[in-house]
Amino acid sequence: MISEKEAILTLDGLNVSHGDLQAIFDVSMRFPRGKIVSIIGANGAGKSTLLNTIMGVHRPTSGTIAFEGRDITGARTSGIASLGIAMTPEGSRVFEDMTVTENLLMGAYLPAAKRKRGEQFEKVFSMFPMLKEKSSQLATFLSGGQRQMLAIARAIMMDPKLLICDEVSLGLAPVIIKDIYRKIGEINETGVSIILVEQEVRRSLQHSAYSYVMAKGRIVMEGASDALPIDEVNDAYFGINRFA
Amino acid sequence: MDILLQSIVTGVLLGGLYAIIGVGMSMIFGIMRLTNIAHGDIMILSSFLTMFFMQHVIGNPVAALLLTIAVMLVFGFCIQHFLINNVISKGDEPALLVTFGLSIIVSNGLFLIFGPAARGVPTELIRTNLINANGISVSSMYALNFVVAVAVIIALSLIMGRTSLGRGIRAASSDTLMSELLGVNTKRMYVYAMLLTVTTASIAGMLVGMTFTFYPTTGTQYLIIAFGCVVIGGMGSLVGTLLGGVILGLAQLVGASFLGSAYQQLIGFLVLLVILAVRPQGLLSKAVRK
Repeated sequence: MISEKEAILTLDGLNVSHGDLQAIFDVSMRFPRGKIVSIIGANGAGKSTLLNTIMGVHRPTSGTIAFEGRDITGARTSGIASLGIAMTPEGSRVFEDMTVTENLLMGAYLPAAKRKRGEQFEKVFSMFPMLKEKSSQLATFLSGGQRQMLAIARAIMMDPKLLICDEVSLGLAPVIIKDIYRKIGEINETGVSIILVEQEVRRSLQHSAYSYVMAKGRIVMEGASDALPIDEVNDAYFGINRFA
Repeated sequence: MDILLQSIVTGVLLGGLYAIIGVGMSMIFGIMRLTNIAHGDIMILSSFLTMFFMQHVIGNPVAALLLTIAVMLVFGFCIQHFLINNVISKGDEPALLVTFGLSIIVSNGLFLIFGPAARGVPTELIRTNLINANGISVSSMYALNFVVAVAVIIALSLIMGRTSLGRGIRAASSDTLMSELLGVNTKRMYVYAMLLTVTTASIAGMLVGMTFTFYPTTGTQYLIIAFGCVVIGGMGSLVGTLLGGVILGLAQLVGASFLGSAYQQLIGFLVLLVILAVRPQGLLSKAVRK
């Protein structure tokens, strides 16, 4: 269990519903500062709803969300982002009709990020040299892997304290996935806390310090990633309660 | 021959005026996917304001225009912040109805205050010709309309294309959630877009007021013209709106030179119908029909 003090983000007793349909049931989570934490779960386990609730897209019916000790429950998405939480949503969502540079500039839109965008540009270009080569190209002409890199780079331009990556590996070739995970590791080494949301159990455990397993809107298992037995996680993943 | 040439010249220049009327509508549609039914009335409101300021506050037309823009910015902020932003996420119809209601309120409000009489913004330009040679004459007012329209559209394109503000507005328009995740307050971007729009509408209002007479109810007539420019040029494309305005102006005047001025409006809208049938997304739009 992670203590209150090490946590950068704390969820407490969250319940979230879409109309009459409840998607998240009494979820409490703590995300340690400076670490990579993974949230593992199958399609429909409630991962995306959970992330959208953290980012203020959905409002929880009950429970609280605190970032660095500050209550952000029900705040406006752009306000939450401005506190230092960046999220790369599923499917990268780059701005298709903007160039790579313009996409990155959108990452540095907030005043604090705008002031240091020169050094941020250097940082992301040294991390992703490909983006520098393609800087004046429209994002619509990038490949899937390049888009995902751009989405991550754009998030880094925000100079976030916490980076949430939603399904970054979806639909990408294994060699590119490996590359992206290496970059995420590098980002983490610069002091950014990271939440990885994944469907792939083995990869999630490998790349994170702590893991939560979600099924049917609940946390069914949690623990240090290297201490979680993969077959138990697999069972929990599919909602089998053999070990619970 | 001379009549045809004259019609072409005047048609192109008139098209400039049409374009500056339409450009605000095009912006709002391109950014918020909102058809602003009140656009014509907002423009005529500016015509009345400019006229009022010139008659009662300050004689200089540029100063009167600046005063008008100042008032219209406040007005634009209020309608976007208090009205449209509250319904914009609830689908297309509620926001459309809000602008419809706004249209009725503005035109009836103007009727109440200024009465039904024909008005104009006083200017000497309409009585002078810039060029008067070889049987071709170019009215100073029409020339000014065209130059201002082109300048405004270039300025808007630069703001949208090159500035941080323009990028923010474009981002908010193309992916609202992603923009919010990057810390962009998209509703504030909509307010900025509306402020740009009312500024162009103020300029258009003054030019229309100088070129033609207007009544409290004239707004609807210009709404249709704005529609025409935007539909021909392609929704959301600024350069397309200029092209749309010129095509509409040309169609009206060249058509009139063949069939008589009684058919001017009819021919303009026939051309609109033909373009709609052949290229429904508009000439310069990148959009694909759903």
